[in-house]
Amino acid sequence: MNEIVNILLFMVSCILTNNFIFSRFLGCCPFLGVSNKVGTSVSMGLAVTFVMTIASFFCYMIYHWLLVPLGITFMNTIAFILVIAALVQFVEMFLKKSSPTLYSALGIYLPLITTNCAVLGVATLNVNSGYNMLYSVLNGTFSALGFTLAIVLMAGVRERLENADIPACMKGFPITLVSAGLMAVAFMGFSGLV
Amino acid sequence: MMTIVYAVVLLGGLGLIFGAVLSFASKKFHVEVDERVEQVRACVAGANCGACGYPGCDGFAQAVVDGKAPINGCSPAGAKGAREIGKIMGQEAEVSEKLVARVLCQGEKGIAKDRYLYDGYKSCASAAGLAGGPKDCRFACIGLGDCQDKCAFDAITMKNGIAVIDPDKCTSCGACVKACPRSVIKLMPLSQKVIVRCRNSDVARVAKASCMDACIGCGRCKKTCQHDAIVVENGYARILPEKCTGCGECAAVCPCNCITVE
Repeated sequence: MNEIVNILLFMVSCILTNNFIFSRFLGCCPFLGVSNKVGTSVSMGLAVTFVMTIASFFCYMIYHWLLVPLGITFMNTIAFILVIAALVQFVEMFLKKSSPTLYSALGIYLPLITTNCAVLGVATLNVNSGYNMLYSVLNGTFSALGFTLAIVLMAGVRERLENADIPACMKGFPITLVSAGLMAVAFMGFSGLV
Repeated sequence: MMTIVYAVVLLGGLGLIFGAVLSFASKKFHVEVDERVEQVRACVAGANCGACGYPGCDGFAQAVVDGKAPINGCSPAGAKGAREIGKIMGQEAEVSEKLVARVLCQGEKGIAKDRYLYDGYKSCASAAGLAGGPKDCRFACIGLGDCQDKCAFDAITMKNGIAVIDPDKCTSCGACVKACPRSVIKLMPLSQKVIVRCRNSDVARVAKASCMDACIGCGRCKKTCQHDAIVVENGYARILPEKCTGCGECAAVCPCNCITVE
């Protein structure tokens, strides 16, 4: 019972308090790049969730079962990058086969998950925080869900902004950055929740 | 020493394993792609300009093969590209006349009057939003190069405060037409050599006060033209390309130098 409560608290902490975008500032590139439409941002969020969950799992195994016993933990960044790159490539092939619509909707951003710092960030955070395997995977999933939440909210805001009467000099990217800043301020309200 | 060996062996081993898995997966998840898509893709201009209305050249090639896009849909590739795509698709290309983008303004520095000195962000769109733009004429080219930034073919240069388009490099993709906040740029047939380079529709007094080369809509060109090829509407003259013979008599009588002959 206690464990379940812990996991629930951990979930709230990952999604709201320590939101990847608004409090850790990881994964800002797709956050601004793919948040034009709610539909696309949902699929981007789900793709990231999938990759981050599996990446956490594999990175945990590689780190604790290979790097630690061999005493070469300083190689963790490069090993993680290797794992993530291979995974993203795999996901891309899989999506191309199983869901061409999703594949073309994600477009250039799918291979860009490779360089999405959120994915490498979650692997490194897992190691630094000393999570066990369960918590590593949960951290990957929940943090990515937090990322999805942020990007979907942002897409909703941007869809409204399309129809808003914005001064010409603020149209497009400037107003997007201002909205992102305001959302980050709103998310600051969650700090101290857990 | 062993550390280095371990690191090399481990990373090399991981790389090999992942490589093997991926190469297996690429066979397993192989998707058949219509080879015509690749061939069509090779015929288009390849600048991803978006003039066709599809997401990039890949999207256009796919749409052509699916039969959704016309084979002459890529205006930068022109008639030559359309013929090549037609060959791949087994259709005859209807060749449309080659267009070229023209800047309809001659309001260089010293000719068009400045309203104020703009010292902000170098973009026509932001300058146009500031009190109606830095030039007195509200139809004038602002000259900060929004069109130049959008041109994927390097055809636009800024000279003396206005945009100049090189007709040899222009592929009539229309990116500059969309980028211009003043709609100064228009697509015109390449064969049209006589052009009225002004579209100021203010009354003559106001137009003349804002720019020395403004069309005042006097109609002398229209009277001179023996081919009925000029109309004066909305306060400025316009040449009908289908009637114009390119004689250039109108340019000779224009009191404001706003008609050019190439």
